[in-house]
Amino acid sequence: MRYIPNSPDERQEMLASVGLNSIEELFTSLPEDIRLREPLNIPAALSELELLAQFEAMGERNHAARRPSFLGAGAYAHYSPTIVDHLIQRSEFFTAYTPYQPEISQGTLQAIFEFQTLVCQLTGMEVANASMYDGSTALAEAVMMAERVTRRSRVVVSPAIHPEYLEVVQTYVQHAGIELVRADFDEQTGQTSIANDTALNAAAALVVQSPNFFGSIENLKAMAERAHKAGALFIVCVTEAISLGLLRTPGACDADIVVAEGQSFGVPVSFGGPFVGLFATKEKFARQMPGRLVGIAADKEGRRGFVLTLATREQHIRREKATSNICTNQGLIALAATVYLTTMGRRGIEEVATQCAQKTAYAARRIAELEGFSLPYSAPRFNEFVVRAPIAAAELLNRLANKHNVTGGLALSRYFPDKPNDILVCCTELNKRDEIDKLIDGLSSSSKI
Amino acid sequence: MKSHTPKAAPHVTQNEALIFERSQPGRTGYSLPPLDVDETPLDELVPEEFRRDDELEGLPEVSETDVVRHFTRISTWNYSVDLGMYPLGSCTMKYNSRLNEKVARINGFANLHPLAPDAEAQGALQLLHELQEHLAEITGLPGVSLQPAAGAHGEMTGIMLIRALLDSRDGVAESNSPRRNVMLIPDSAHGTNPASANLSGFKVKTVKSTAEGLTDLEALRALCAEGDIAGLMLTNPNTLGLFERNIKEICGIIHDAGGLVYMDGANMNALVGVARPGDMGVDVIHLNLHKTFSTPHGGGGPGSGPCCCTKELEPFLPTPRVVKDVRGGDETYKLDFNRPQSIGRVKAFHGNFGMAVRALSYILTHGRDGLREATEAAVLNARYIAQGLKDDYDKPFDSPPMHEVVFTDKRQSRKGVHTLDIAKRLIDYGFHPMTIYFPLIVQGAMLIEPTESVGRGELDQFIYAMKQIAREALEDPETVLNAPHTTRIGRLDEAAAARKPVLRWKAEEQVSAA
Ligand SMILES: Cc1ncc(COP(=O)(O)O)c(C=O)c1O
Repeated sequence: MRYIPNSPDERQEMLASVGLNSIEELFTSLPEDIRLREPLNIPAALSELELLAQFEAMGERNHAARRPSFLGAGAYAHYSPTIVDHLIQRSEFFTAYTPYQPEISQGTLQAIFEFQTLVCQLTGMEVANASMYDGSTALAEAVMMAERVTRRSRVVVSPAIHPEYLEVVQTYVQHAGIELVRADFDEQTGQTSIANDTALNAAAALVVQSPNFFGSIENLKAMAERAHKAGALFIVCVTEAISLGLLRTPGACDADIVVAEGQSFGVPVSFGGPFVGLFATKEKFARQMPGRLVGIAADKEGRRGFVLTLATREQHIRREKATSNICTNQGLIALAATVYLTTMGRRGIEEVATQCAQKTAYAARRIAELEGFSLPYSAPRFNEFVVRAPIAAAELLNRLANKHNVTGGLALSRYFPDKPNDILVCCTELNKRDEIDKLIDGLSSSSKI
Repeated sequence: MKSHTPKAAPHVTQNEALIFERSQPGRTGYSLPPLDVDETPLDELVPEEFRRDDELEGLPEVSETDVVRHFTRISTWNYSVDLGMYPLGSCTMKYNSRLNEKVARINGFANLHPLAPDAEAQGALQLLHELQEHLAEITGLPGVSLQPAAGAHGEMTGIMLIRALLDSRDGVAESNSPRRNVMLIPDSAHGTNPASANLSGFKVKTVKSTAEGLTDLEALRALCAEGDIAGLMLTNPNTLGLFERNIKEICGIIHDAGGLVYMDGANMNALVGVARPGDMGVDVIHLNLHKTFSTPHGGGGPGSGPCCCTKELEPFLPTPRVVKDVRGGDETYKLDFNRPQSIGRVKAFHGNFGMAVRALSYILTHGRDGLREATEAAVLNARYIAQGLKDDYDKPFDSPPMHEVVFTDKRQSRKGVHTLDIAKRLIDYGFHPMTIYFPLIVQGAMLIEPTESVGRGELDQFIYAMKQIAREALEDPETVLNAPHTTRIGRLDEAAAARKPVLRWKAEEQVSAA
């Protein structure tokens, strides 16, 4: 095996030097009756060339990866500058682990500190951690944190949160004594409605996503006020993090915890992972946060460095009393986001966000003009919106893919059987005008047949 | 002749500032095509009340060159597997092949949207299914979910399966009888084990280890006699690097008590191709693809923590599952959402798919023989270190180690030199330190895991370095106590950092760079 350095002779000599005659003797602490007698039923080794060919062939079978797409719904195709993938592939970053030894991990530590700062700047919050697995698990952790902070057990969630996120939250809280209550949904605006929500009284938190799953921007300020009046924390979830480049920050709307999926920051959609969960809160809640934190420290000569800090919240010290069980997080993807945000910078992030919104506005305007199509929701949007088609969405999208070679969006029936004709459409800066026009022509002709 | 080289100022690479401190108004590092659609006035696009009003102040303004230099410079302050031996016990810091990186970036994988219809994502589903099959074969546990994102996530998933099975078996929902709620966890376990148990609603009871470093069967029986046993979370080989040779008996005790056995598979690098947890009586295990199957550790992740379980537990696995449909010789793959008994979803989409691509590439590149060869080499390397250091360091357990070996600072601490000092001094010799002060039950623990990716020459250098440090501890303890001497910065005051945490950069504070 070419990855294993020692030659057969070296192995023999090493065996002899530890007083053994055969490799088998290395395993004598395993009782005979549990040792495998036969080789694993796994194919024989492939050479590099064979392996590449096999994987290329599998990749070819993913037709959806090769056509213009208007799929969003929690995973967004954005431009990623070439240097992002280049820099995260430096051996020093990608073959290191958690920076337990700060003297020889300052590269990782400084990058995480920069990541934490960027997340604070983008969300308008005071502190951010070193990353969570993804947006959905970050949201689950936020809900559990709200219970710790308030010692209340009811959590009111918007029904316009990504359905898979809600499923994950439900899984996490099922044994934690937390009850999830769904708020109302306004079918006119496409926004969450908490006007008559009595469940909010005595709740640990109100949780909303903005822009929400249907693309509508929520009225965060009003919701924060309402939540705070009830003594609840206000948790804001963002699945399309590029929106932070244009929209009022959750922090400016007085959110207590902000979680986001950071995949939009230069990370490929990669069939759903690895992504990176962002987690930010107010300083007063820092010690209740899950996950790793990097802080500034000094050595004896007063030189600035960075260390993992406030570790007494974490599992390796606090064990069952830890704020979370998370250990390994999404380090390298957080680095990708850091490099992306740094490269795009203050101007670039704003420009990408604006382009997304502009292209979406164009697409929405054109689709609304199509006969038989409507846009059911009136709220302002960022880069996603629901289209109500004259025929079943799944069938329409099928035709679009096969006849027009466009992935037109997501049939909402995947999650909402009561919305058979609705399509969630997303535009990013990658969707060229001729692609959008092709989508519009395709929608129009495919719905008529 | 003496040369008169003037003393140079330290190179900039040693003083790279934070990117925010490098920022200059007006610099840009990106380019985008011009907007190609008719522009909508901003206020119509998004009303002002919903727009940011701070112009993203504080975010960096730097050129592309600045970015590349910045991250390249700070990267050189890291130690890494590609640089040398990284014997971090319990973490399996093996070689991360570039081939795996390449295949994960194949267009059909990297640019495939997770909500693409099954029919248009057949290659990805096939890949996930193939990996599931191989992991089932390796563990001897047929039900596999690739959804968990890391080891701790897999732990949570695994013991939620146990919870679900017990509830369905004991009918807790109908009767109001108290649930079996006790999760037994050895005192040597990793911190994530009790944290995951707590997260899943279990009460943790701790099982003592024997002087030999194995699970104390008497203590286990006594705890089982107290009742309400939901299960046991056992690491095997355990965190001392020792194989729990009574594993079958242990599983029997737990099963007799009505519980299930969860195995923390962080140490599977000692077992792949040699023995299978499923054959030992284990009910459910998580694997760390970022350890045993070489997906890169990435400075702290991403990981992947697949969960493998018995047929009995399979109905409870997270939804959806990737399944194969064989119809008239045609093989297709699909997501199966119809899992009424499932514990639910543990992560959006399909887990850390990119890690699955790399892990499958690792498995197929090794093949069945290579997988076993890796295990053998990993164990032999640990054995070689155990042998090489036993005269210089206290080895608290006599049994031969599997893939990692624990020593202590008992001898050196008489001179005031402790594990932390030894670890820091190792840096001066060009090695990443071992895992220190874990497991918690060994005072001054140094847990060394060389992995199979280290050749004899480097092992010898490591042994030499450790021997030298042992000598220094006796003859020149100050050198060890003040280590490291060769790094850009010295030991950092972590206590002070935690007392007054500064967790982000702020423009006004202008913390001065060194
Ligand atoms: C024994 C053991 N169990 C569990 C874990 C947790 O795995 P992860 O960090 O992937 O969550 C680790 C490693 O970090 C470990 O060493």
